[in-house]
Amino acid sequence: MISCALGFGFAALGIALAMNLWRLLKGPGPEDRILALDTMVINVIGLIVLAGIASGDGTSFEAALLLALVGFVGTVAFAKFLLRGDIVE
Amino acid sequence: MSGAVPFGEWLASGLIVLGASFALIGSWGLVRLPSLMERMHGPTKASTLGLGAMLAGSIAFFQLVKGEWTTHEVLVSLFLFVTAPVSANMIAKAHLHRLRQGGQPGPAGAPAAPSESSDWATYEAPHAGTPGAFADE
Repeated sequence: MISCALGFGFAALGIALAMNLWRLLKGPGPEDRILALDTMVINVIGLIVLAGIASGDGTSFEAALLLALVGFVGTVAFAKFLLRGDIVE
Repeated sequence: MSGAVPFGEWLASGLIVLGASFALIGSWGLVRLPSLMERMHGPTKASTLGLGAMLAGSIAFFQLVKGEWTTHEVLVSLFLFVTAPVSANMIAKAHLHRLRQGGQPGPAGAPAAPSESSDWATYEAPHAGTPGAFADE
């Protein structure tokens, strides 16, 4: 039961990552690419959560939390660079 | 038929499927929608509803199947709920900035300007009497 749901989840997140990669490569402007990278981070956090459920131990959630932190900081840094031409002024 | 499967497993499986579906639909919206302002709808829903449902499914799995409480998921989802609007706002600001600098708007056109007496908050100096207005003094 749970393995069927996990298989569906892995497949859905894999397809979602492929779509994000398409937008990352094609996206007309840099802000589209920032958005695609942000969404990729979100989907990878989902993959880590599902892998944590599949393996049954709780240690992978630290990785998910770290990726959430780093992904947010990266998105804000990219957007700040587009806005100001600099990150830390 | 389903009597052998515990309720927690049903709950966790349903939440995982729901969350993964939201993530997939959000990424599909990122591919399909025509302009950046519309494209931002999909991934923000994926990050709140999709990951929220998957993390709730993880809590349900570890509690009802393994019999232990985990709080990491709550931390991750709280952090994501706080930061997802901020990063979407930053991307929208960068988009408006690039449109003003002569970037090409998508097929849906540039966003409508605010009312005539004001401008987007990205460009306007802080109004007098608001907390950001100290720079004028």
